Amino acid sequence: MSEILLIAEQRRGELRPASLELIGAATGIRRAEDRVVMAVLHERPAAFVEALALSGVDEIITVQGATSEFDPDVHEAALAALISARAPEIVLVPHSVDSFGFAAALAARLSLGFASDVFQLERAADGLKATRGGYGQKVSVEVDFPGRRTVLLAIRGNVFKPPEERASPKVSEFAAPPIASRTTLKQFIEPLGADDVDMTSAEFILTIGRGIGEESNVETFRELADAVGATLGCSRPIADAGWLPKSRQVGQSGKTATACKLYIAMGVSGAIQHLAGMKHVATIVAVNSDAGASIFNVATYGIVGDLFEIAEELRRHF
Amino acid sequence: MKIMVAVKQVTALDEDFAIRADGRDVEEEFFLRDLNEWDDFSLEAAMRIKEAGGDVEVLAVSVGPEPVDEALRKCLAKGADRAVRVWDEAMAGSDPIAIGRILAAVARRESPGLLFAGVQSSDHSFAATGIATAAFLGWPHAAVVSSLEYRAGAARALFRRELEGGLLQECEIECPAVLTIQLGIATPRYASLRAIKQAAAKPIETLSLADLGLEASEVGEAGSASRVRRMYVPPKGRAQLIEGTPAEQAERLAALIREFKGAA
Repeated sequence: MSEILLIAEQRRGELRPASLELIGAATGIRRAEDRVVMAVLHERPAAFVEALALSGVDEIITVQGATSEFDPDVHEAALAALISARAPEIVLVPHSVDSFGFAAALAARLSLGFASDVFQLERAADGLKATRGGYGQKVSVEVDFPGRRTVLLAIRGNVFKPPEERASPKVSEFAAPPIASRTTLKQFIEPLGADDVDMTSAEFILTIGRGIGEESNVETFRELADAVGATLGCSRPIADAGWLPKSRQVGQSGKTATACKLYIAMGVSGAIQHLAGMKHVATIVAVNSDAGASIFNVATYGIVGDLFEIAEELRRHF
Repeated sequence: MKIMVAVKQVTALDEDFAIRADGRDVEEEFFLRDLNEWDDFSLEAAMRIKEAGGDVEVLAVSVGPEPVDEALRKCLAKGADRAVRVWDEAMAGSDPIAIGRILAAVARRESPGLLFAGVQSSDHSFAATGIATAAFLGWPHAAVVSSLEYRAGAARALFRRELEGGLLQECEIECPAVLTIQLGIATPRYASLRAIKQAAAKPIETLSLADLGLEASEVGEAGSASRVRRMYVPPKGRAQLIEGTPAEQAERLAALIREFKGAA
């Protein structure tokens, strides 16, 4: 028998959806005799038990910690103690901003096998294999972990399905070792709404990316978006450069195009962080001069060509 | 004080490329190398602290063979005071954990007050090297820092982390610390032609395994937390290409838009 340990992620009292996707990932690789154990770290971890009591979880461990919000020192000390106590074969965490802050440290400290942004898992006779992207997602890279008793994997979001059925797993407690943190959380700051647009409710979005080249070209696409009746959005480089407000950025650290039905991406290469905010949209049209751009891998329709020519021609129709 | 900026020369692939005969990597002739985009921002964050006053030395450090000098010269041209390249054949095949161990050994020699690394690299995107480095050093650390307030030599740094959905988390950390720097923290500068010329003449210090007191078994594949079994080109995506002249392509796109509007 071996154990698959899942580490739930919560923020400000809300369980993050990626936590439940870990159960889907574990279900895909568990053997009949394995135990899937979900741990949640918080000042009052019992509050999360109900939400985590899902099919595919054999046990929930409530880890009582000194802080509720993510703190690298507290997290690492608690999880190092938990991993040492339970000796799991596999540990899964979400590939998220918080896990960026502790997963590699835990792997380094405990000499764990480690891979991040994993989107495919296989447990073969010769051991665990994990697949992730390489060279800007142009290739898939299959890795293994020779000689490691415990392997820690950070799992890509929106890949594995969370279970829907409820269950009543056993609940046990674990006390995190007391530790003085060297980081002090001051406050959370809500994203600024520099502009009153709500990308999450827009049904038709036209997004511009680095391919537009210069700030003076933003206007061309703003007019085009207005003419066709789309909400103008952008990828990260455009917001970072200050060409459009952050509230129009679609992607992991921006907005998710939740309500969108038609998404036109012009000059967007399709970095994985951008795709996270739009790849679910039913109809995606990508316009890009680079036929090898990653955006074509998620698009429904692709136009390989010059953005400005396409924009000009499209303008004639509206 | 010193600020150590860990940088990586990343690899993009040519439009057409081939997988190596052993199936474990891409043929090197298809590699296009450049300084990691994130590292441009961490170097800029270090330069801003230096320029705000105080006695600050900005040290750029990279692990890799000689071609990596090009990335380090870019850092020198943008204002880094020194550049260090670490290499030994035994380091080939190092994953982010092994690179973290090497960078930690450099930090022990240099004793910086802050160590910056990019949030991730644009090629293999582990988002792990900086934080692994911190673990080997036992230093406080924070990932995805999108703004920073720090006065040279201060005992603490105030910063904001960029969380999912654009939510920010403001924290204070004890120094020395490792921070991984997010895109957009400050607009990276361009190097002047004069600075590029001067950087070409500057020395790049080199460090070996022995200089760092590391064993061959601690680096390379032996010192890594994962091993590449194979690389392959994933099945092609589903995009249906709209062919034709720009006018024809735009006409089809206009039809898709009308179709959406009709249905909405």
